[in-house]
Formats: sequence, C-alpha cells, structure tokens
Amino acid sequence: MDIQANHALIRFGLGRKGTEPLPSDPQSWLAAQLDGPDHALDTPGASAQDGLAALQEMRQDKTLRGRESPAAVIFKAERDALFSRLLTSDAPFRERLVLFWYNHFTVSLKRGECTAVVNAFIREAIRPHVTGRFSDMAMAVMRHPAMLLYLDNAQSIGPNSPVGLRLHKGLNENLARECLELHTVTPSAGYTQSDVTNFAKLLTGWSLELKTPPRGFRFRPMAHEPDGQVVLGQHFPPGEPGGASAIGWLAQHPATYRNLAVKLVRHFVADDPPTAAVQRIAAVLTRTHGDLKAASLELTRLPEAWQPLSKIRSPVDYVLAVLRAADLPPDKQPPDVFGLIANLGQPLFAAPLPNGWPDTASEWAGSEALLRRVDWVHGFVGRLGGADAMQIADATLGPLLSDSTKREIGRAGSRQDALTLLFASPEFLRR
Amino acid sequence: MPSHPSMRLTRRTALLGLTAAVSLGRHAMAVGHAQTDQRCVVVILRGALDGMSAVVPYGDPALAQWRAELLPGAVGTEGGMRDLGGFYGLHPALANLHTLYKAGELLPVHAVAGPTRVRSHFEAQDYLEFGIDHQMTSGWLNRVASVLPQPQSASQTALSVGVTVPILLRGPALVGSFVPKGYGEASPDLYARIAALHAHDNITGPALAMAMQERHFTDATLMQADKGRNQGAFQMLCADAGRLLAAEDGPRLAALEIGGWDTHTAQKNRLNQPLKQLDDGMAALKAAMGAAWSKTSVLAMTEFGRTVRVNGTGGTDHGTGTVAFVLGGAVRGGRVQANWPGLSQANLFEYRDLQPTADLRGVAKGLLAQQFGLDAAALAQVFPESHQIAAMPGLLRA
Repeated sequence: MDIQANHALIRFGLGRKGTEPLPSDPQSWLAAQLDGPDHALDTPGASAQDGLAALQEMRQDKTLRGRESPAAVIFKAERDALFSRLLTSDAPFRERLVLFWYNHFTVSLKRGECTAVVNAFIREAIRPHVTGRFSDMAMAVMRHPAMLLYLDNAQSIGPNSPVGLRLHKGLNENLARECLELHTVTPSAGYTQSDVTNFAKLLTGWSLELKTPPRGFRFRPMAHEPDGQVVLGQHFPPGEPGGASAIGWLAQHPATYRNLAVKLVRHFVADDPPTAAVQRIAAVLTRTHGDLKAASLELTRLPEAWQPLSKIRSPVDYVLAVLRAADLPPDKQPPDVFGLIANLGQPLFAAPLPNGWPDTASEWAGSEALLRRVDWVHGFVGRLGGADAMQIADATLGPLLSDSTKREIGRAGSRQDALTLLFASPEFLRR
Repeated sequence: MPSHPSMRLTRRTALLGLTAAVSLGRHAMAVGHAQTDQRCVVVILRGALDGMSAVVPYGDPALAQWRAELLPGAVGTEGGMRDLGGFYGLHPALANLHTLYKAGELLPVHAVAGPTRVRSHFEAQDYLEFGIDHQMTSGWLNRVASVLPQPQSASQTALSVGVTVPILLRGPALVGSFVPKGYGEASPDLYARIAALHAHDNITGPALAMAMQERHFTDATLMQADKGRNQGAFQMLCADAGRLLAAEDGPRLAALEIGGWDTHTAQKNRLNQPLKQLDDGMAALKAAMGAAWSKTSVLAMTEFGRTVRVNGTGGTDHGTGTVAFVLGGAVRGGRVQANWPGLSQANLFEYRDLQPTADLRGVAKGLLAQQFGLDAAALAQVFPESHQIAAMPGLLRA
C-alpha cells in the first residue's frame, strides 16, 4: 500500500478508523471532503438562541432548585455529539479544519457563560465558512454571542454615545485588540494603541439581546460611539456598517493572509513553517480574496506536506487517533474521556487564553505530558481484550510503522504491553 | 457471599512491576459449598518464566556451558540456591517456596510445556488457557466449573467485572471477577522499553528520558530486586483471594496472574523481583486460607520456557520447556517431578530449548482427577482432543 494513504489520514485527518478503506487517491479524497456544505449541519443542535435562553433562565433563577444548569445540559449534549462526530467522521480533513478555525477564533469556557453557546459558535460561525471566505467567517465570529460574551464586547459602550454619557461608562477594547492581534493582521501590521481604541469605538454597540426573543446579536445604536474612526490609516464611518466594513477590510489585509498562511502551515505541515509553503498559501489567499477552500486544497498540494510526519499530536488529536484505531463500538468507549483529555493538558473548549491552544511540539511533548499519555493508553488498551497489536499497527500506521517499533511489539510480553508500545511509539505520536 | 476485600494498590506499587488480577469463579463457589470443600487455584505467569532459573538443574553437567552467567550461587553458599534433593536447586528469591518444599507442600514439575510449540506469547498464552492447540469458546478452568455438579441454589449473579476475564475462566459457566484498583498500570520495564524506542527521537527522546528520571525509573531501580513498597501488591492480592477462598461459602476455583517474566535482557537481576513477588504471594495465600489450605492445590504455570543459551544481552529468548509449580496443603510435595531430558546439544528441542517431557494438561488433569474426582469423560470435556495425555498420578496426598 502506498505510504501516502496512511500519511494523508494522519496529517490531514484524525487517524484511520479501524480498517476503514484507505483512499486510493489521497489528494482527491481530501479534496472531496471540502465539496458542498458541511454535513454536520444536517443534524440539528442547540442554537445560540437556545443557549442564551438558558443563560437568561439561570439569571432569573440562580438556585436552580438543585437541578443541573440548563447551560450545562446543552453543553454536554453538544460536546458529546461533536466528540462522537470526530470519532466516526468520514470527512476528517474537514473536521480538522473546523477545529483549526475554532482554535483560531478561540471562545473558551474560562468565561462561564460561553458554556451555553460555545458549540453553537462552532456550528453557526465556523462550520458554514470553513470552505468559504475568511472575511465571512470573521464577520460571523464577531457578531456571534459567544465571541461578544467571551471578549466582553457586549458591555463595551461608546463614551460619547447617549448611554455612555448618561451612565459615564466607556470602552472595553478586549475584542478589538484580539481581533487585530490574533484574528487578523497581528502586530506585524504595525498598529498602534489608537488603532485599537478606534476599532473598539467602531465596535461599540455590537452587543446581544438576552432577555426576550429573538435572542442573539443586537446592534445598540444608543451605545455606539457617534463618530467615524481611522484604523491603520483607513477611514470607516460610524454605525453598524462602519464596524462591519472595518472587519471586512482587516480580514482581507495582506498581513492577515500572511498570519493565516503561517498558522495553517504550522498546523498541517511543520512547527517551523517553511517559507516557501507559507508564501504559496498566502498567495492563494490573496489571489482568491480569502477563499479558505482554495487555501486548504493548496495545503494538500504542498510538497512539504508529504515529507515525513514531524509534528507531535496534540492531546485531543492523540486520544482521537487511539480511539479511532481501536475502533470500539459506541457503548465500549472509555468512561470520562473528557476528564482524560483535560488530564493530558488540553481540556476541550477550555483554552486558557484567547490565543487558543499552541501548535508546536515544545508545548505538547513535555516529559510529564508524554508519560501521562503512556499511563492512560496502557490502562485503556487493557480493555481491548484480544485485540492484536500488529494488526492495529498495520491498519493505522501501515508503512509508517518503524522496524524498531515492530520488533518491540513482537517482543512484548503481553497484548497489553504490545498495544502500549504501538500507541506510545514515536511514529504514533506524530501527525 | 463474603464482602469484597478492598484493595488499594498505590500508584507506585503498581508501576513497579506488578500486574495482577484475580478472578473468582462464582459458579464454582456455589458448587463448592454444596459439593466439595476442595479449592483449586491457577496462577498464570504471563511472559514466559525461565524454568531453569527458578528450579535450576544444577546436577546436569551441560548446564554451565550454556548459561554460566545466569546461574545463582551454589547450594550451601551464602545467598545461593536452596537444594531440592541433590539435582535441582530452588532460586534464592524463593525462600517461602522452599519452606513449603520442606513441609512437603511444594512439587515443582519440570520440563513441561503447554499444548503448542509456538513462541508467540499471545498465541501460547491463549492455548495454555484454552487447554488445546486451537481457539475455543471457553477456557479450561471454566469448563471445570461446568463439569462439577451444580447445586440447585447456585446463584448466577456476577461480581463486578472491571476488565476482561482471562480466557482461562471465560465460557458458559458464569464467573465473577474482582479487580483491584490500579490493575494494569505499566511496569517500569515497559516504560524503559518505550523510552528506548524514543532514544533517537530529537523531540520525544529527551522528554521521555527526563520523564523516566522524574519518576525515578533509573537503571538502578529497574535492576534492583526489591525496594520495599513495590513488593506488596501481589502479596495483598493473594491474601484477598485467600480470604475469599477460605470462606465456607466462598469460591472453589480461582485464577490469578502475574507478569514480569519476559527477561530478554539482564535476566539475572531482573528475575529477582517477579520471583520474590510470586514467593511472597504464595506465602500470603497460605496464611490467609488458614485451615482451608489443607484442601487446596495451586498450579502456577507459564506459556513457555526460555532458551537454554544466554543471549547477547544477558537474557534469554522465547523457548519451550519450563517448570510449573504445584503447591498447597493437599499436595504430595517435597520432591521434584520430572523426566529430565538432559541439556546436551542433541537433547535440546530444536537445538535451543529445554525439551518438554510432560504436558501441562497432564498435570492439570492429575490435579482435577484426584481433587474433584473427575472421571475420564469429565476430563475429556475439560481438555478435549487430549486422550493421549494421561492424568499425572500421585500429585496430591491420598
């Protein structure tokens, strides 16, 4: 079997699921996953409206009379559905891109209210645009209740707006700053504090309606700073359209495309992104005005993407890869997989800061972190009964399995040890 | 039903070399209450025990030429082997077993092998537990539970089952299993193998090397025989199993397992630890069983032996013939049972392994026939397709 099939399943996917058919043409297999809309959206799920209603219910009844919070109920159901999709998806490249873009626009449970809307955020702001335009995704993100809550813009008030003058309240520039620093142009664009302040002013009034339906994004003119603003030398008018055009302009800035190209190549190719590859992706984004499908396809065509796997799987990626390789029936999945993932250092939806999870080996390959993987996987494979390590190794790694790992598997004193050696091997830790 | 013993293996205990589970045959337990007060315990030594290190045939003139560097000190010397009647010596780590030997309660059976001649751990362990040289739907100890007469009151309720029941006990007769917390944590040896796999990896290699140090898995601790806390876990497990087996209405069949035998490198040092654990465990089992010990037989067996020659790394590789231990208050011990094949080159199996001269199924049949009164038909159900293998006579006191 061609090495490229296993390679594609690992570098661009989530690891082979059991003995699912290997793609005969990895390039077309990857490309086909990006055709048409995201089928995850065919399954209904809790919307931001549902989440906000839950938050409102909790504000009105803080005691909850001992029942589980409605936000937690929504969160768990949505989290379980997403994880199950990741375990079984036959469009793993697309799911990887969803996770990548969600991480790029991190919304974290570190802000409690996000529990209710984080999965709606992925469903409503990320998924529809993974194969669309970056500027559309950025717009959907900046208007989404989850982001407005997470980075405080819902409370940001123009100091010269009617509400600002009456209540003597003012700006919260958190979202504006992170949008410039992380989501779009990055400090390499040379923006100043006044650019941040001005952008924040443009975004005043971008808030949300929590109390009465229809719940969701609401532009509040009474909290909006009345004047036009200059951001990075570009003038934008006041009002909701002014903020929107600023976001659109930033999203299509050459510095933004460079930022996205670096992050995409770092995520899918190498911790230290090769310059040529970055330039190619940035050029595609520029030429297509931010077409993320075109950029994603270009990633699969980079010669650097078919060099030997060098990146270290993140904890989430690692656990998914093990579980997919083991291919257990749904009722045999390990208990408390989310606690496990947290223990391995990457609690789902709970990145500590708005810059999301890191994407380099130095962050994931710490000594204790790696040993915890071994600890867990040894216990986990003890549940696999008579599973044959060599068969699973052949299926999941194929020609990527090294001779030394193969030899150690052959010499292991028990099936459990053999499976542990496979899942703890250098090549299985790679993506 | 006695209450479950509560077991807490500390993390460190489990990490330092012990994997152990005990499964208790609930069905057989009910049987025992109604029909027999005999107890039979099977201990699976997973990973292939080097039988000629545990019970050293020092009287064989060819022994030293193959494996001088693996041999313990001579009988009668400080820290040397303990004599078993002039030809065999017991490994110095097996002090409690030697006490049993002197009390007539230990019977090593040498040059034995299971139903197959494969050298894959997994296949050999499977067939050892199936009791035949191919796949079946049940293990032989489960079939023992099936052929023993069942009392009307037999309860079908299983004990909590945390992990897979060993093949030995799988099958139609319901069995319960008791799994101590910490089951299955990896041994330091496994961590060492993993670290070695990563040794040349510029990212994970240094990280895992550091991790090994942080957990104090240094070469020294890997090689050292026993340093206190790690020793107790199998012993505790055996004590718990013993208490359950001792109860009037307790189970009558049990299976335990202990690993750590796969000594491809540095065998002389590395064997001390599992041998000591086995030795302490058997003493704890006897102590916990009290008066019931006199009605007990234990069969400790491994999937195959190891090469007669020492390999290039101070260890031995997968072989064939090895030793099994039969012990217990019911056992007619104080001797070694063997048709010794000899260690000259021509006598070796495939010019490399101890030639097996007895089949483990014969040993098991002998125990079951004498202890539970199983007739030829019942023994054929327990060990199908084995009519040519006779029950080994005289293993138990009359």
